[in-house]
Formats: sequence, C-alpha cells, structure tokens
Amino acid sequence: MNFASLNAAAARAEIFLAVAACAILLLGVYGDQARRAARCYGLSLVALVIAALLNGLDFSAANGSAFNHMFIADPMAKLLKIAICVLSAAAFVYGRQYNRHRGIFESEYYVLGLFAVTGMLVMASANHLLTLYLGLELMSLCLYAMIAYYRDDRLATEAAMKYFVLGALASSMLLYGMSLLYGFTGSLQLSVISSVLTADAATAAQPQAAIALAVVFIVVALAFKLGVAPFHMWVPDVYHGAPTSTTAFLSAAPKIAAFAITMRLIVGGLNALPDIWQQMLILLALLSVAIGNIIAIAQRNLKRMLAYSTVAHMGFFLFGIASGNAPGYSAALFYVLIYALMGLGAFGVILMLARPEYEADQLADLKGLSKRNPWLAFLLLLLMLSMAGLPPTVGFFAKLAVIHALVQSGLLWVAVLAVLLAVIGAFYYLRVIKLVYFDQPPSADPATAAQTTTTITEGDIAVSPAAILLLSCNVLAIIALLPWIHYLIAICNEVIRRFAV
Amino acid sequence: MTNLYLAIPLLCLSTALLTGLFGKRIGPRGAHCINIAGVAIALLLSLLVYADVRGGHSFNGAIYTWAVSGGVPLRIGFMIDQLSAMMMVVVTFVSLMVHIYTIGYLANDPGYQRFFCYIAMFTFAMLMLVMANNFLQLFFAWELVGLVSYLLIGFWYERESAIFANLKAFLMNRVGDFGFLLGIAAILYLFGSLDYAVVFAGAAISDVQNAVTGFGEWQWTTIICLLLFVGAMGKSAQIPLHGWLPDSMEGPTPISALIHAATMVTAGIFMVARMSPLFELSETALSVVLIVGASTAILMALVGLVQYDIKRVVAYSTLSQLGYMTAALGASAYQVAIFHLGTHAFFKALLFLAAGSVIISMHHEQDMRKMGGLRAIMPITYLTAAVGSFALAGIPPFSGFFSKDAVIEAVRHSRLWGAGYAYAMLLLGVFVTAFYSFRLLFMTFHGSSRAPEATRRRMHESPGVVVWPMVALAVPSLVVGVLFFEPMLNGSLFGDAIHIAPRHDVVAQWAVAYQGQSGVWLILAMVWHSLLSAPFWLAVAGIVFAWYCYCKNTALPSKLAAASGPIYPLLQNQYGFDWFYQNVFANPSVRLAGLLSARIDVGLVDGVLVNGVARLVGRCSAVVRTMQTGLTYHYAFAMIIGLFGLVTWIAWL
Repeated sequence: MNFASLNAAAARAEIFLAVAACAILLLGVYGDQARRAARCYGLSLVALVIAALLNGLDFSAANGSAFNHMFIADPMAKLLKIAICVLSAAAFVYGRQYNRHRGIFESEYYVLGLFAVTGMLVMASANHLLTLYLGLELMSLCLYAMIAYYRDDRLATEAAMKYFVLGALASSMLLYGMSLLYGFTGSLQLSVISSVLTADAATAAQPQAAIALAVVFIVVALAFKLGVAPFHMWVPDVYHGAPTSTTAFLSAAPKIAAFAITMRLIVGGLNALPDIWQQMLILLALLSVAIGNIIAIAQRNLKRMLAYSTVAHMGFFLFGIASGNAPGYSAALFYVLIYALMGLGAFGVILMLARPEYEADQLADLKGLSKRNPWLAFLLLLLMLSMAGLPPTVGFFAKLAVIHALVQSGLLWVAVLAVLLAVIGAFYYLRVIKLVYFDQPPSADPATAAQTTTTITEGDIAVSPAAILLLSCNVLAIIALLPWIHYLIAICNEVIRRFAV
Repeated sequence: MTNLYLAIPLLCLSTALLTGLFGKRIGPRGAHCINIAGVAIALLLSLLVYADVRGGHSFNGAIYTWAVSGGVPLRIGFMIDQLSAMMMVVVTFVSLMVHIYTIGYLANDPGYQRFFCYIAMFTFAMLMLVMANNFLQLFFAWELVGLVSYLLIGFWYERESAIFANLKAFLMNRVGDFGFLLGIAAILYLFGSLDYAVVFAGAAISDVQNAVTGFGEWQWTTIICLLLFVGAMGKSAQIPLHGWLPDSMEGPTPISALIHAATMVTAGIFMVARMSPLFELSETALSVVLIVGASTAILMALVGLVQYDIKRVVAYSTLSQLGYMTAALGASAYQVAIFHLGTHAFFKALLFLAAGSVIISMHHEQDMRKMGGLRAIMPITYLTAAVGSFALAGIPPFSGFFSKDAVIEAVRHSRLWGAGYAYAMLLLGVFVTAFYSFRLLFMTFHGSSRAPEATRRRMHESPGVVVWPMVALAVPSLVVGVLFFEPMLNGSLFGDAIHIAPRHDVVAQWAVAYQGQSGVWLILAMVWHSLLSAPFWLAVAGIVFAWYCYCKNTALPSKLAAASGPIYPLLQNQYGFDWFYQNVFANPSVRLAGLLSARIDVGLVDGVLVNGVARLVGRCSAVVRTMQTGLTYHYAFAMIIGLFGLVTWIAWL
C-alpha cells in the first residue's frame, strides 16, 4: 500500500471537516463563554459551507474512490453531501437564538454537530461495510449527545437515553447482518459483495437461508435508522424530547444520510436479491405510512405530530426504493431531499416562534398565528401544503414521482394504497392551516405572556432577521423551485444513472 | 403578418386585463380611453388584414402549441381567409361603436370599468372564435363568449330578473354546447385531428360517408353536422333553444347591440359557414338547418308583433333574422348567410343603439305604450332608427334589402327537402318583419306623446357619444348592401373560404339571371327585378299596414287581438316554450337536485362516507397511539417482534 493509492483527495471534504471540528474544539477553549460560543458557531457555519463547496466543485467529475475502494465519490454522494452540509448549516442558524435562551449555546454543541455531519458525509460515500458502520456510529453518538445537551430537561435526557439504548440494539442487528454477509461472501467491500451475490444468484435457484437472514437484519437496522414502522417508536419521543434546535438538525441531514446507506446497502450491495428485500420494504413502507399518518392525527404536540409525519414520509420515500428500478431510486432521492427541506423548514418555524420559557410546540399555540405573525403563518401554510402533497408545491411532485415509479414497476395496488394513506395524512396538515388561519387566538398570547414574565431584555428575544430570511428562502423554495422542477428531477435521474454499483 | 394577427386579439385581451385588474386605479376615464384605443387599433389592423386577404394572402397555421395529449396537439392557431377577415372587421367595428356609445349610456354607473373589462374581453374572445383554425380554439372561444355574455346579462346583478335571465342563457347554451362538444368529439374520433384543414381534407376523401354502426341509415357526416348544429342552435338562438335571447335584454343595451344582435349570436351562423365542407356532405343535415331556420324566422317574427317592450321587439326581430341566416345556410347559400349576417350586424346594432337612446331619453322606460311623438325631440335618433327599420324591412337601396332578397332567392332555388315550406315561411316573414319594425318606429316616434308629464319635460336628444356611433352605423346600413352584393353574387366575396357542392349551388343558379351584368347595372337590374317580385310588395304592404294600424286607425290593433281567439295569447306566451321548460325540465330538476343534495350528498356522502371514514380513522388513531407507551423496553420489544416477524416471513417465503 502506498499513499498514492490512498487517493485521499476524494475524501477531502470529510478530512477538512474533521480537522476543522478539532480546530474549533480547541478554539472553543479560549475567551469568555458567550464569545467563544459565538466564534465556534460562526466558524462551524464557514466550515460547513466550505465542505459543501469542496463537494460541489467537481460535481460532474468521473466517479472516484479512495482508501482502496472503501470510500467512493460518485455524483450521488456529492449531491447528498452538499445537501447535508447546507441543511445542517441552516439548522444551526435557525437554532441559534433558541439555544441561547436555554443556555445550550456552547461551542461543544457545534463541534458535536460538525462531527455528526462528518459521520453523515462518510455514510454518503461508504463503499465498505466498515466505512459505513464507522460513519453511522460517528453520527449516532454525536446525535445522542446533542439530544442530551439540554441536560437540565427531563424529557431531553430521557429521549437521549431511549435513543441510545435502541440505537445500540439496532447497531447490533446491523453488525450481525454484516457479519453474516461477510461470512457468506468473504468480503466487506460492497461492490465485491454485490458481484459475489450476483454470481451466486445466477447459479443457485434459491438464495441460502443465511443470506436471507443477513438481509433481514440489515433491513431492520436500516428501518430503525430511517424511523420506519414498526421500528419507529423512538422517533416521536426523541423529536419531542430533544431541544427543538436539535430536532431541526435531526429532521434533515440524518434522513439524507440514512437514505445514502440504504442506497449503498440495498441497491449497491444487495442488488442481486430484490426478491428478498422488495416485499419487505413494501410492507415496512405501507405500515409506516399508515401508522405515521393515523397516529399523527391524535397528537396535540406539534413536534410529536411532525415526528409521526416523518415516519409517514420515510415510508413514502421507501416506496421509491421498493419499486426496485432506476426511476424509483431517483424518485426516492428526490423525495428525501425535498422532505429534508420541508422538515427543516417546519422545525425552523417552531424555532422562530419559540421564546424563553415558551416552546411554541403545542398545536393550540398555533391558534390565530396568522394575526400575530402573518409571515410565519404563511410559511407554515406553504409547508403544510407541501407536506400534504398539494399540487402547486414541490411536495406534490415528490409524491407524484414515487407513485409514478410504483406504477411503472407494476405495483399498482401499492400505489393506490399509498395515495389513500396520503389522503389521511392531509387531514392533520390541513388542521394546522385551520388552526393558524381560522381559529381565534387564545385571549392571552402565550408568546407575549412569556415575555412579560421573564426578565430578558427585548433585544435578546428578537429573532435575527438573517435567520428569518434564510428560513423564508428555505420554505419559499418549495414553491419557487417549481419552474425548474424538471431540471431537479433530471439531476436526480442522472445521479442515479451514475450511481456506482 | 403573423404578429399582426396575434396583435389584434391580444390588444383587446390586454386592455381587458388592465381594466379588470386595475379598474379602480385608472378610473372611468382611463378605462374607456385605453379600451377604445385598443379596439380602435384592432379595427385598423383588421382592415389592414382584410385588405391583405383580398389581395390574395390567406394564412393557416399554428401559433402556439399548448400541449400534446394522446398524440393530438392542442394548439392555438389562426385561419385568416376572406371569411374570418370579414368577420374580424365586423366584430371590431361594431365593438368600437358600442365602446363609444357606452360612455354615454353607462355614465355614472358604478360598474363602469367592469363593463369595459367585459366588452374588451368579449371582443378578444369573439376574435379568437372567428380566427380559429382548429376546433379546440373554436370551442374555447365559444365558451368564453358565452361566459362574457352571462356576466353581461347579469351586469346589474342586484336585479332578480337579470340573475334569472343570465342563468337561463347559461343553461340553455349548455344544452347547445353539449351537442357541440359531442360533435367535436366525433370529429376527433373520426379524423384524429382537430385542425380544420385536416378535417376538411379528410371529409372529402375519407369514409365519413359510411353509416354509423347502430344508427341504421345514418351517416357519420349527418351525425357530426347535426351535433355541431345543435351548438349553433344554442348560440344563435334557434328554435327550440331560443328562449334565452329575449330574456338577455336584461343586460345593458350596448350589450344587446354588440353581443345579442351583431356578433356573438351570429357565431353559430359563422361556425356552420366555416364547416361548409362538412355540411355539404349531408343533405339531411342541410334540410334540418333549413327547416329550423325558416321556422325560427316566422315564429319569432310573429311573437315580435305583440311585444310592447322596445328592446324585446328588437330582440325578437334578431331571432327572426337569425332564422333567415340559418335558412340561407340550409340552402347551401353560405355566402348569403354571412352577407346577411354582416348587413344585419350593422342595422341591428343601429336599431339597438337607437332603442337605447330612446331609453336614455325616457329615463329607462322601455314600454312603447308610454312613448310616441319622439320624432320632434330626438331627430337624429329618429332618422337613424328609420334607416335601421328600412334596412330591416328590406326596402331598396338599404343594405337589408339586398341580403334578405338574396336569402329568399337562395331558398327559392333550393331543391332540398323542405325548401318549399321554408320559402313560404320566409315570404310571409317579410310582411311580418316590415309590420313590426314600422310598428316600433310609429309607436315610438310618431303620434302624440303618451309619456307622463314629468318625464316629458326632461326629454332631450342623447349626447354626442351616443348619437355619433349611431350615425356611424347608419352609413354601412345604407351602403354595405350595394357595395358587397356583386362580389357575393359572383362568389368572389369569400373565395375558397367556403365550399359548396355544385349541385347545391343555389346562388350560382340565381346568378344566371344576371349574367353579363356588372357594376351599377347589376344593382339596377336586381332592384328592378325585385320591384316585380313578391318580397318587395309584401314589405311595402307591411309598412302600409303598420302605418294604418298605428297612425291612422289606432283602435284596430286591439280589435284584431280580441278577434284572433287563442292566437294572441299564444303569441304573448311565446308558444309556451318557457312554460314547458320551466315545468318539465327546470322545476323537476330543482326538486331532484334538492333530493340528491339532502339524501345522497349530505346523508350518504358527507354523513357516512366522509365523516364516517374520518371518525373511523380518528378512532383507529386513538387506539393505535396507546401502543406508544413511552417505555423503552416496550420499544425494544416491538423491534424484536418486528425482526422476528420479518425473519419468519422471509423463511416462510
């Protein structure tokens, strides 16, 4: 092995981000508390933007690999990494004020975030079971800590604990599945695994039981990471319990990373065995959309409702992968990117509404929002319409692409069920709009009530205009992208076409 | 040139949108200024196009492809030939006159800008209709003119009667449009294209002559033509779909002139003329057109005899004249129909505007029994109305004389089944037409005033913006007939735009009589010939009789009415069509709708299906959420169960 074959340049974004995170950690030691947090926050944003640019610069270059093919840089990885970096940076911006009010505006929080992002980037590029696992654990451990960061809060610590325990269980399942796979194919390299399985499928009529077991374990672990029913139980508790800034972070980039490893493992590694995983994915997706949408109706807490909505959305994008063809993968990619945009926007709105001592996370808090804050109310309207999948928004086209892929692969009944279940989902999204626009605000505005009872000065409460601007761009994108929607879909198609198997 | 074509309708559309969206900001003055400027430029450009087309430059092509659906391109395209160019000139000219007239008629109306927005939108739609080169665009414009007509009939939407009238117009047109749409569907099914050119070319060679399976002897062409004609019957108010037109007089008078006399109602006539290559293939359809037209002409003229509302008289005369045009279409004399359409557009718009001028002067009194003696007070209105009445009655050399005589001659030469009946009806119609049009003139302008004293003191001639458009319309009412008679007769007026099978070419047979004559001599020969024939003398008799009844022996009409037995009430009730529709279709429909709404919609759909499902889902939700216990080991247990279930399932597979 020599250094030239390492080809470390392909992984320059990850390397840069890891180094930057270490440097920021060191810089965060100096100066007084408030100033060093602000410094680390700013530097983290810069680091994320640079990491995004490093990926974006050679976006259309030929597929490259590093570290003896353990790491791969194909267009899908680059696209996902750009999205991960940008969305994470946006999540930091939205959560800044919230964190300050709750005393968790500290340099370590952002360092943890950067390491989590590094993990996600590694996941996006993983071409080797060990790389994949490494990235996954790096991300997960950082996320556990970020959730528990608000350590005075009982719900947050409980959520972190649950997530940690269940995450460990899922990791063990993933490792078990990987070990079976290694035992059967003799390699940890996904491309080798794929070719061995393909050769095997060509000769043997029936895949061996061991390999089927490996697939089940891997699918279950992925389902947990995606938050797909019945492995979704952690999602509402974690979304609800975590500080909203962390929930926003959690709702966007990690979903993209989870999509990446699903693609790498299922489509990249196990592509010879669609018979085993396709049925399973359809079942999980259907369960997920059904359970997510139905339970969301009964929620009173906005964060919990959005958590169940996430479960439904993850199920929906899984339909794309379950359809088992290139349009389906492309649709899933498109869906997950759009969903990350919408999910982040929704939590962003909650973050903007939150005040010290006031979380703004009850559905009742939204009553009459259109009169108190018309602009945020409008953004929420757009988000809900898009999440429900109503036509003038990008959310509609994301759903349409998935349904189209399902129909193309002959899974008509699944498509019909998916649409019906999406209709159920429309109920609770539209209910939010009803609350915001048609209900009377409660007599005493909780936000102003909270302000008057606390001693924090006005200037400290005001949400920064930059954050509002960024959030507006984020949310308006779901309708402003419409004229270019076919370019986006074309990019997704191209990315999937060049997906390195 | 294409840009020029495009500019004509788009000018009207843009001023309509400007007035509609920014009406408050630009104010009444701004509204009429930009709209009049827009339509005036459109008129100039249309004249330019007409001159160009007469010079031999016709155009047929797509401008914009909207979408391709099932291999059929849905396009916006223009077919500019002599037919459409002439229609463009007529539409923009009458529209311009009505625009100007409106300044005076609707002064101080709160809906001033809205009105201008609507009529500009109408002009746009009507232009798109006549310029269309495919059925889709034709249909879209057809519906758009219908919509604007609906909006304008109900322009004074606080009036109960206006709302009733516009609903009636809309619903009756739906019946016609349904047939029209089916006809278009049949064309698409048969020819696989919506383009006029493709369809006409296909009609000549393809197997459209074949009988339709399941329809016995019926040919495809007959089916298509009859369905298209149903559409024309709705739009052009032919019996039995005529009932909405008299009621449409609830709209402001300028609208009655523009939409319900000169242009929109003639869309059906235009459409049939445009479809001449199809209609020529089916004698059955032509016979139906002929009989429906002739019946409308006489029956509606008779109803016009007993009306006292000045606008309603003109409205029934419009129905009757539309019947004349339709009869000409049925006799395959398409150019004659369009010729009559053109002359009628001018003199009927003139009559409406004159009626409107009288109404302004009478302070919105429309009953002719309360008028009389207006000749002295409103000399210009009187003169122009007289020009219109002479033209309508068909007295040479007014334009209506040439066109109406041409219609009657064409029907006389027709050998189609029903032509004899049609000829007799049209002849009788000439007498009735002359009678009611001069009845209107005499009752309104002659004799002594029957108006209340208060009104009489404030009566005056209308302002310039009202009078000048009438004068401008009186001129073509006088001269258009003389100018266009010869090209109409020798077929050069429309060239290739219409297609007539040689055995149906009644105009050519008629023209044989005037062979070798041209210019002034032709006109003189024509007038001389007519002085020796029945229609002229019937018209004169009508006028004289009207004079006798309403100037000389004013007691005679009521005596006649009393002596007529059941005929007078029959005419008063318009043959009971309205009663029939109201009791057979409208009322039971309303009852059925009420039943369906209460039982099916509220009870079954809302109650059981919608709310029931919602309740079910809500209950499911309440049950399923209890699985979320909040206990970590339950979650882990669920995961293990899930894993176990999947493994079992896969192993079992």
